[in-house]
Amino acid sequence: MSAPLLEVQNLHVEFDTYGGTVRAVRGVDFKVEAGRTLAIVGESGCGKSVTVQAMMGLIPMPPGRIMQGSAKLRGVEILGRKTIEGREVRGAEIGMIFQDPMSSLNPTMTIGDQIAEPLIVHRGYSRSKAWARALELLKLVRIPEAEKRAKQYPFEFSGGMLQRAMIAMAISCKPTVLIADEPTTALDVTIQAQILDLLKDLQNETGMALILITHDLGVVARMADDVAVMYAGQIVESGSVDDVFYRSSHPYTLGLKLAMPNNDPGRHDTLQPIEGSPPDLFSPPVGCAYAARCPHSMRVCEARSPEQFDVAPRHYSRCWLHHAQSPHRADGLFLGGGNE
Amino acid sequence: MSELVRIDGLSKYFDIGKGQKVHAVDKISFSIAEREIVGLVGESGSGKSTLGKTLLGLHDKSAGEVHYRGTALPRHYTSADFQRYSRKMQMIFQDPYSSLNPRMTVGEIIAEGLLLHRLMSAAQARDKAAHWLEKVGLHADHMSRYPHEFSGGQRQRIGIARAMILEPEFVVCDEPISALDVSVQAQVVNLLSELQASMGLTLLFIAHDLSMVRYVSDRMAVMYLGALMEIGPVDDVYFRPLHPYTQILIASNPEPDPDIERARPSTGIQGEIPSPVDVPEGCRFAGRCPKVMDVCRGTTPVLKKVDDSERLVACHLY
Repeated sequence: MSAPLLEVQNLHVEFDTYGGTVRAVRGVDFKVEAGRTLAIVGESGCGKSVTVQAMMGLIPMPPGRIMQGSAKLRGVEILGRKTIEGREVRGAEIGMIFQDPMSSLNPTMTIGDQIAEPLIVHRGYSRSKAWARALELLKLVRIPEAEKRAKQYPFEFSGGMLQRAMIAMAISCKPTVLIADEPTTALDVTIQAQILDLLKDLQNETGMALILITHDLGVVARMADDVAVMYAGQIVESGSVDDVFYRSSHPYTLGLKLAMPNNDPGRHDTLQPIEGSPPDLFSPPVGCAYAARCPHSMRVCEARSPEQFDVAPRHYSRCWLHHAQSPHRADGLFLGGGNE
Repeated sequence: MSELVRIDGLSKYFDIGKGQKVHAVDKISFSIAEREIVGLVGESGSGKSTLGKTLLGLHDKSAGEVHYRGTALPRHYTSADFQRYSRKMQMIFQDPYSSLNPRMTVGEIIAEGLLLHRLMSAAQARDKAAHWLEKVGLHADHMSRYPHEFSGGQRQRIGIARAMILEPEFVVCDEPISALDVSVQAQVVNLLSELQASMGLTLLFIAHDLSMVRYVSDRMAVMYLGALMEIGPVDDVYFRPLHPYTQILIASNPEPDPDIERARPSTGIQGEIPSPVDVPEGCRFAGRCPKVMDVCRGTTPVLKKVDDSERLVACHLY
């Protein structure tokens, strides 16, 4: 196996607030390979956006702080650096698109100018060359009547069209990694399907790696090769999409699946909500962060934070149930339940 | 089952000046039976929320009628009409942040309806509000706190308690779970189902999450650009959609199952929902429909029964 394109190790991020220090990201590790899609999935406040913002140097410091950890692109550290090997990390190496395209674009500039600007600034393109490239990019993301649309302002675009324009901007410098932070959350399902198809096609054409941040397990199932499930600032389970969906090995992943309706015509299971709410990250629990909500919690779970256990090759779970001496290991918990 | 709400040719147009009108809800007719849950789906701008609010008199009706237990509801609600009807017809709103007054305590918010309708004394209303807080899974000692002290899911429970304390018969739930995380969505949906069963409620459940609508509802209604495209028993509509728009909508809904998703072809519908200003004659979906025929552009299809199921479809294909 080739070395990973991007590897994040033991990342810790904190924020100072009036209420104290929030430990938003508490030791995150993941790898992304070229041409593959990693989905980082989790609920609001689990730290999924902060993780990628830290990589991109988008954390305001202060109040934010990267306590420790590394993020290496092709083996070169990118945390705290603006350029590596003569290329900007942000934009040229890693492109990013955000959930709300309306607030991420400049309302006073035409779409065409906004796409052309980074090419002029970072690539030294002439105005006319940059404009021509902007039109090409708009066509690439399938915006109809690109010449006319390029001269329009963001308020003249629908949400789906704005997201296409954002994607055009993010891929303008041909990044090796594209981060999409909830790219379709604000969109309707038919438009979501269009944008997801577009991202897949662009990935097939360019071979870029895609990091997709989402809370929607349907989008994960559609897009991901690999999945990392985050909870309270940590990755609690990671593996291939099939491992995580069909052989879920963390009670939180199982809980998420049981809390969602399945569309199996023969079945009508009652939804099983996860009771309670995620812990306060001002003072994270000593043990497993999920223990208070976990139906399988043991005494050790509250006392000691579980390490990452190998469930299978490239499939990890941060859960004491997988400890070699756990009495419940053979109970078949992870065979029944949500794992049909 | 007897009919509780009958909607008959209901329209709501918004005047936007220069003689132009937004056709938010256009000539919609269907009925809701007592104790039934009708799920209403459609993309943003399809008019689902406007329909819900017009039903309850929160918008004036531009044309058509709504009958409640056989009585026609007024076109324009006066405050006396709200006094008369809102006890029985309530609403739960989408955004649990903007729909609760930040300057009122939770107890005041929940008890307000009882006091406005002069149903009991302030002391009794307070006791009842405390009872309802417990019933929706919060604690009675949360009464004196303010909305900002609660999470999204807890606020939605407060919104539910506020609607339910009047013991209504009919509740419009306008995207009650869209703003919530998955694990909390299930809590709120289960709470709504329990209350629906124990109070014998009739619900219009507006949502864009098709899987959740299928889970919750008895019947599913699909709106597009102000018009009703298809309505029928939920599994018929979800698993055997007939209207080309419903087919595309359901085919676009990603399922949390990698095998299903790998087998799913790219849905490939082009274009976006057009402007609802001065909608032309003909089928509203004609401009995006993969099966469009000449007749679709000139003649507006009407809802009709097309097979031996209870489903109605507005499409010239059938």
